Amino acid sequence: MSILTVQGVNKSFAGLKALNQVNLKVAQGQVHAIIGPNGAGKSTLLNCFVGRLEPDTGTVMFDGQSLLNRRPHEINQLGVARVFQTPEIFPDLSLLENVMIPAFAHRDGAFKMNWLPRIDGEAEIRDKALHMLEEVGLADNRSDHAGALSRGDKRRLELAMCLVQEPRLLLLDEPTAGMSRADTNNTIDLLKRIGERGITKIVIEHDMHVVFSLAHKVSVMAQGTVIAEGTPEEIRGNPKVQEAYLGGAHL
Amino acid sequence: MAAAPTSAFGTSRRSDLIFLVLFAAAVLTAPLWASLIGAGYPDLLQKWAIYGLFAIGFNILFGLTGYLSFGHAAFLGVGSYTAVWSFKLLGMNVLPAVFFAMITAAVFALAIGYISLRRSGIYFSILTLAFAQMSYNLAYSVLTPITNGETGLTVLPSDPRILEQLAGVRDTVSTPTTSLFGLEMTGYPGFYFCAVVLIIGFFVAMKIARSPFGTMLKAIKSNQTRMNYTGFNTRPYTLAAFIISGMYAGLAGALLASTDPLAGAERMQWTASGEVVLMTILGGAGTLLGPVLGAAVIKYFENIFSAFNDQVLMEMFNWLPETLQEAAVAVAGLFVGEGWHLTLGVVFMLIVIFLPGGIMEGIRRVQKLFRRSDGASRTDTASESA
Amino acid sequence: MDAFVLQMLNGLDKGGAYALIALGLTLIFGTLGVVNFAHGALFMLGAFCAVTIQKLLTLSKKVKDESITFFDAYKEIPYLETWFGDTGLVIIDYAVPISLLAAIPIMLIIGLIMERGLIRFFYNRSHAEQILVTFGLAIVLQELVKAIYGANPIPTPAPEVVAGSADLGILFGVPGTIVYPYWRLIYLFFSLAVIGGVFAFLQFTTFGMVVRAGMQDRETVGLLGIHVERRFTIVFGIAAVVAGLAGVMYTPILPPDYHIGMEFLVLSFVVVVVGGMGSLPGAVLAGFLLGILQSFASMNEVKSIIPGIDQIIIYLIAVIVLQVRPRGLLGRKGVMEG
Repeated sequence: MSILTVQGVNKSFAGLKALNQVNLKVAQGQVHAIIGPNGAGKSTLLNCFVGRLEPDTGTVMFDGQSLLNRRPHEINQLGVARVFQTPEIFPDLSLLENVMIPAFAHRDGAFKMNWLPRIDGEAEIRDKALHMLEEVGLADNRSDHAGALSRGDKRRLELAMCLVQEPRLLLLDEPTAGMSRADTNNTIDLLKRIGERGITKIVIEHDMHVVFSLAHKVSVMAQGTVIAEGTPEEIRGNPKVQEAYLGGAHL
Repeated sequence: MAAAPTSAFGTSRRSDLIFLVLFAAAVLTAPLWASLIGAGYPDLLQKWAIYGLFAIGFNILFGLTGYLSFGHAAFLGVGSYTAVWSFKLLGMNVLPAVFFAMITAAVFALAIGYISLRRSGIYFSILTLAFAQMSYNLAYSVLTPITNGETGLTVLPSDPRILEQLAGVRDTVSTPTTSLFGLEMTGYPGFYFCAVVLIIGFFVAMKIARSPFGTMLKAIKSNQTRMNYTGFNTRPYTLAAFIISGMYAGLAGALLASTDPLAGAERMQWTASGEVVLMTILGGAGTLLGPVLGAAVIKYFENIFSAFNDQVLMEMFNWLPETLQEAAVAVAGLFVGEGWHLTLGVVFMLIVIFLPGGIMEGIRRVQKLFRRSDGASRTDTASESA
Repeated sequence: MDAFVLQMLNGLDKGGAYALIALGLTLIFGTLGVVNFAHGALFMLGAFCAVTIQKLLTLSKKVKDESITFFDAYKEIPYLETWFGDTGLVIIDYAVPISLLAAIPIMLIIGLIMERGLIRFFYNRSHAEQILVTFGLAIVLQELVKAIYGANPIPTPAPEVVAGSADLGILFGVPGTIVYPYWRLIYLFFSLAVIGGVFAFLQFTTFGMVVRAGMQDRETVGLLGIHVERRFTIVFGIAAVVAGLAGVMYTPILPPDYHIGMEFLVLSFVVVVVGGMGSLPGAVLAGFLLGILQSFASMNEVKSIIPGIDQIIIYLIAVIVLQVRPRGLLGRKGVMEG
């Protein structure tokens, strides 16, 4: 059963076609990787899922509901969380607060004038956030300002912020870009561990090592459209894919 | 931010309680200690309390959410007008005046905030400025029947004052004075009324800053994009903050009218909006105590500096040889009396350039220096978590 | 018809002043990324250049007034008159045009000092901090001027030859209906000429090309190995000169006082926002547009329909424009929205 169904999505910028009749089905509980050369439209597609961009035509259905014409927070409240290419965190707040905030959104919805209790009195939320920080290995730094973290740690923090919301669909935009090999492997392990919870994931990735260690299914995009789809093994041998990557044929 | 906060929240219930008690004690004993620095008279102390409230409220918007409003004086003016009208129509009791001023300011803030908060950054600043200027210009022109234009709105002996009429205590001969159930709001009673309101206002601001709601506001300042993608509708949050801070301004306006029942449009001018920005920055935006300190410092020096004249200066510099004395007086004369705003401008620039965190940042730096030379780590004082 | 033309003209000269200030503000936004709340103060400094020059030219010697014989009376005769006779008087009469020439180097130097001494340290700080520090600077500058020249407006008349009014009604065949002061006409043409000059400079010189490229994408231009920062300093100087000249020329229309700059600043910011932050044509367009609208709103016919509209029209337009076109009339996406 597919949880996300994308049909006939088109998007142009000033006459330039960024997305051209994109179709995509993402199965419940799977890790679905989207790969492709730079400018293939991967990030644009992701932006169409979270309300950052509106497609010109086409439909995006998430678990029976359209994701189009909704504001970002509404889509998140439906159960879609996103990790960005450059980590979007709260640099001026402590790590614990960083993870507690999304937990509040999960519990209280898009707006609640919750000004009477103290934030350190919200034990349930705090414990949940702390547990999540432990899981990504940042619990010891819970009192630090998030802005002081290394780039890799920021990514892990952002992942914790998304996971604490128990999303049904997690979008990851190059979760290992710019990471060292060791950090990359840590992240893969982490993603595998959380994969056991049945969260569906869409991963945009350049690093084929990551793709092949994680993905159940791979879609290849080039020039704004999906040119191939299949299991990692099928994709590896697909001549169309190698052609799309041309010079960088490391498949 | 090298040093990690002691807890993940930088504060605890106990330290906040101590902080609040200390604050209340300092405010209530102000007549005693302020006289040591020549500020021990009710007029100035009232101003401290009133502008302190104004700045605390402004800080809930600017300090927590990062939205820089350049039109907050509009709410101060609205509060003053409403309070004077309450005096005129209902009676001289300050409680209804304060109540209605806050309600009216909230309504204005809702309308202005609803439109202005659709935009952020400098667009927001300009929108709030535009609304404040419109209010100011209208108060001077077509709204004269309500505002009494340039003369300003005052209470007249002939005003209806319904509540007093009903109670049969309306005096139609002498100009009435404001009161709290018979306690006249002049001199020290007036100050203590403002002081109590200030402490309550401070407590509420602290409540907000420490609550999940306040944390959301700080998160909006830190990264609004993330807030949206985290499932928060940020607009009601910023609007709530805008209305709350507008209500503080309205409250401050009502207190101004309570201590001196007169409301004029100049209170709404954009320079007045600039002043509250100045107070907040000078004290330390985003801190609880900073805005109050900033307001007190500015009002204190305004009083001291504008009272200086050449004669006082001559005496101050009489230890210098005569020619130097004259030169020193000429230079110093630029900065005092009429030229007090020059001092303000210079200090303000220096603060923004060298100490963007304001006085509170300065205190923290000094503390750190002190602690390092001390070698011992001590328990956190309340001021640090402020 | 004639009333319409007259209001149009009335709006245009004020619009010219808005446009000139807004143009400089936009140049500074676009290139340095700085929100300059001290720009109105530059306008004010320009106006006081004219005041200073006039004062210098009319420096006088006290001499005994021979025409009064009953008692010892003294009158002041400007040195220029004692030295050069009538020529001296002509020079004094032309104080404002002379100030215009003098203001160019003066404003340039002030601009450069301001940029090197203060503004450049704020390139990478938040807009709020930029607003605050330049706001502080504006207070300092205007208080200094107040300390030197006092708080009262100082009349600075235009040269005698252009002191009268032109009867533009003749152009439309209805003499006597559209009477318009020469100087305001001159102001209009002057502002158009300066605007044209700035645009031509940006369009046709290599320097201008680099600046425009820098406005589009500062980093890339920097990567090309072009030293953008020095050019931006000069841009700041140019913006200061433009604001200053606008101030000099405005003195015969409105005798300047120390807070003339603040009044123009607030309106100019509204103009910039309406025009679209970062768009030079937008700033000019909005400047004239708002000037004209303001002028129409102050017609009695309009005021009787909507009382008080003349007081709020500019702000009202700003609010409406920002709701309908969030980036202003000609604004680009993503400029100054941090």
